[in-house]
Amino acid sequence: MMTENNKPILEVKGLKTHFFTKRGVSKAVDGIDFNLHKGETLGIVGESGCGKSITSLSILRLIPSPPGKIAGGQVLFKGKDLVTMSEDEMRKVRGNEISMIFQEPMTSLNPVLPVGEQIAEALRMHQKMGRKAAWEKAVEMLKLVGIPSPEKRAKQEPFQLSGGMRQRVMIAMALACTPEVLIADEPTTALDVTIQAQILELIKDLQNKLGMGVIMITHDLGVVAETCDTVAVMYAGNIIEHAPTEKIFANPRHPYTQGLLDSLPKIHEDQEELQTIEGSVPSPYNMPAGCRFATRCPHQQPICHEQQPELIEQNDGVKVRCWMYTDHWTAKSVKEEAVK
Amino acid sequence: MLMFIVRRLMQTIPVIIGVTFVVFFIMQLVPGDPAVLLAGEGASKETIEAIREQLGLNRPLLVQYFDYLTSVFRGDFGVSLKNSQPVLDEILVRLPITIELAFFSILITIVLGMAAGIISAIKPYSLKDTTVMIVALLGISLPSFWFGLMLMYFFSVKLQILPVAGWDSILHVILPALTLGAGGAAIVARMTRSSMLDVIRQDYIRTARAKGVRESVIIYKHGLRNALIPVITVVGLQFGALLGGTVIVESIFAINGLGRMIVDSIRMRDLPMVQGGVLVASLVFVVVNLIVDVLYRFFNKRIELN
Amino acid sequence: MQAALDKKVLLEVEHLKQYFPVKTDSLFKPKAYVQAVDDISFKLYEGETLSIVGESGCGKSTTGRAILRLDEPTAGKVYYSGTDILGLNKKEMRKLRGDLQVIFQDPFASLNPRQTVKQILNEPMAIQDVVEKSKRMDRMLELLGYVGLPPEALDRYPHEFSGGQRQRIGIARALAVNPKLIICDEAVSALDVSVQAQVLNLLKKLQKQFGLTFLFISHDLSVVRHISDRVMVMYLGKVVEIADKKDLFDTPLHPYTRALLSSIPVPNPELKRERIILKGDVPSPINPPKGCRFHTRCPFATEKCKLEEPDLRELDTNHMVSCHYAEKFM
Repeated sequence: MMTENNKPILEVKGLKTHFFTKRGVSKAVDGIDFNLHKGETLGIVGESGCGKSITSLSILRLIPSPPGKIAGGQVLFKGKDLVTMSEDEMRKVRGNEISMIFQEPMTSLNPVLPVGEQIAEALRMHQKMGRKAAWEKAVEMLKLVGIPSPEKRAKQEPFQLSGGMRQRVMIAMALACTPEVLIADEPTTALDVTIQAQILELIKDLQNKLGMGVIMITHDLGVVAETCDTVAVMYAGNIIEHAPTEKIFANPRHPYTQGLLDSLPKIHEDQEELQTIEGSVPSPYNMPAGCRFATRCPHQQPICHEQQPELIEQNDGVKVRCWMYTDHWTAKSVKEEAVK
Repeated sequence: MLMFIVRRLMQTIPVIIGVTFVVFFIMQLVPGDPAVLLAGEGASKETIEAIREQLGLNRPLLVQYFDYLTSVFRGDFGVSLKNSQPVLDEILVRLPITIELAFFSILITIVLGMAAGIISAIKPYSLKDTTVMIVALLGISLPSFWFGLMLMYFFSVKLQILPVAGWDSILHVILPALTLGAGGAAIVARMTRSSMLDVIRQDYIRTARAKGVRESVIIYKHGLRNALIPVITVVGLQFGALLGGTVIVESIFAINGLGRMIVDSIRMRDLPMVQGGVLVASLVFVVVNLIVDVLYRFFNKRIELN
Repeated sequence: MQAALDKKVLLEVEHLKQYFPVKTDSLFKPKAYVQAVDDISFKLYEGETLSIVGESGCGKSTTGRAILRLDEPTAGKVYYSGTDILGLNKKEMRKLRGDLQVIFQDPFASLNPRQTVKQILNEPMAIQDVVEKSKRMDRMLELLGYVGLPPEALDRYPHEFSGGQRQRIGIARALAVNPKLIICDEAVSALDVSVQAQVLNLLKKLQKQFGLTFLFISHDLSVVRHISDRVMVMYLGKVVEIADKKDLFDTPLHPYTRALLSSIPVPNPELKRERIILKGDVPSPINPPKGCRFHTRCPFATEKCKLEEPDLRELDTNHMVSCHYAEKFM
């Protein structure tokens, strides 16, 4: 699980994706910054509506437009900005240099095409392989992802495969052209826990073999702990904490991260009552001026409601977006915390 | 699949019997006495009675029906009350013509309908889409006899580029097939459009885009193949309406097909001809439905194997 | 935590079977059945929470539905307070349904989108006739209070609420007729973690307050750990292990339970543990493996396992396991 090269292969800077609807403008993703290095697994974690899926779709420019639009920022991949690239050039990146797998293997595969064909299509398109060569490689990919009798399975349609197998097919399809980045959007959420373990292991295995960077999008902190090197926690369209995995679990800084970890039912401990976070997420149509978590935060101060804090890196490499970790935090309140 | 075909064929038998039953008994309700019509004007009561006796019209209805049924299964459809020719022969002369007309009409329905539906679906709610859908609405709403006459008026009478009537060359096919196929095309267009719109929203289309597939390939390869599955069923259903429509179109364009034969026979109370015609038309319909069902299962292996 | 378990048996399931016929194409092939639940027996004590846990296709939801006769069971007996409810006619069953309520998984699908909350809460009361008309409004306000929803909610429609709130409406609906037993069928699975916590706390509170008995069906073992007194693990239509919660999580005896527990990703990167990763997929319930159903994926399977189906035997206090070699894990 070690990060290799120091130069990032993917740099996201100030990414904003907004949706322009009759109800107003939904600022689903509102200023995201992160880097991904070769061999690194970055987890983007958050609850529903935080913008994590939209972030991943934005990277590949798959946001339905209208009503969505990338309203700002850059996504630098190998030096070029994906946001301003032409559609033709973008198509060459998708499925080829940056691939994506989705949550629902049941519905994410074309029901009327044999799975082998769905893999071969990517190969013919991006690698300019001939029909026969592409088919053979497709069968090879099925073998690589651990599907028994791959020649037979390649000719079958998705409904003839189990959920776990379908997800393996998705992975085979995504990795056929040996991309440098794999974006996995909740790849195991719809699968049984024992199958989930298999799939996560498969992804890790292939990552090591192919040296890819992986962005693992999930709401499951357990998955994050087991698979990711670094974690970015998202809330209401922003990254509010970004740190190496051990640090986030050992010492979460942001109150939201703390609340999230506290509200998990622990499998190895008994608890009388689970911790909860008061209140609910603000509407993306109506984001507050200050920190978006302020109204729910047990430590809220006036400054939190007035101005949004920046994502600032602490001494130990942890980035957190919270006034508590800045000089603006009044000493008085810190003392009060100490007294409590 | 084979079992399915066998089962379906077995199901058609009661259907056919049911059709003969319905036709037979409905014809009894039609006013007008065939014996009187045959006897002609001013015939005497005895003559009429004699004819009735000869044709077996005096026997109880059920007996007449069963008699008819057994003959049909032997291939004997009876003889025309008008000219005493075997019904089956008459039908066999006219059937191919109607089949040809139906074929070209379905072709128009499918080609025109699908093309319109796809154009609409690619840019929903655009001007193109709205225009196409309005035209489709007109197509469904306008009665075919009016439409046919209008076409005839413009193309045959005014512009004189197409023949008015008859069935000799390919030019003769155009207007009737258009008239007959237009209504179906409109329905298929609407169906294709909604099916395509539904399919385009699916997850697997998003996956295809994430793979870098070109938009045109997405529509034609990934989208259409899924979208057309429900459309096949609609086309199959249209065929029934089509058969009914041949009656009108053949009459307007003076085509010597099965539909026109049935209409004329009804007017003349030529019961055996009507029965035979309707029976054959029903058979054709049943066979077409079976083909459509088989095609549907063939393209949609999920149903087959489940 | 539950103090002394009331030893009164509220529900007893005996040799329950639920087979669903599968359409076969040919007239000649023998009829095939999905053996969703294949001869299971267990007891549910008053006041406790028994969780049924397992992966998709194990039969846990089917069991819940069979007990409520939402699908008529193929065979077996279900004793509620001594009476076999499978033998009751429609009228008698209807009377009993007030005691047996259910909360479903999908907060978006289990509430009628065309009914206001008032209508949703009123319906069970009207059908079961437990509250007279004049007192119903008070009762509804009372119910909303129990689940933490404001009185204004009565005139709103389901789509105006969040997932967690809708689930609360579902809970209020279940409580409306003073049930004794509530079957929670994946009741928190569709909710975010923080909302899940709120709903679980609520369920626990209500259980204490009203002396409810829960049959909690879930695939999420961490949730199960939090809310259960006893846990029952199912695999391919069979019960493989039943035990008190602590015993199941501390000393799981069935290889499947052990694998299940070890595959759950734990939010603790420091924890080093032995991961048992099962090979292959779950076999089809139409044609389950002979002998022990788990043998195709079990890392310890022997010849005996392939031929002989193990019985559910009591290996420790209250700890039943269905495995020929369970002793070796003790």
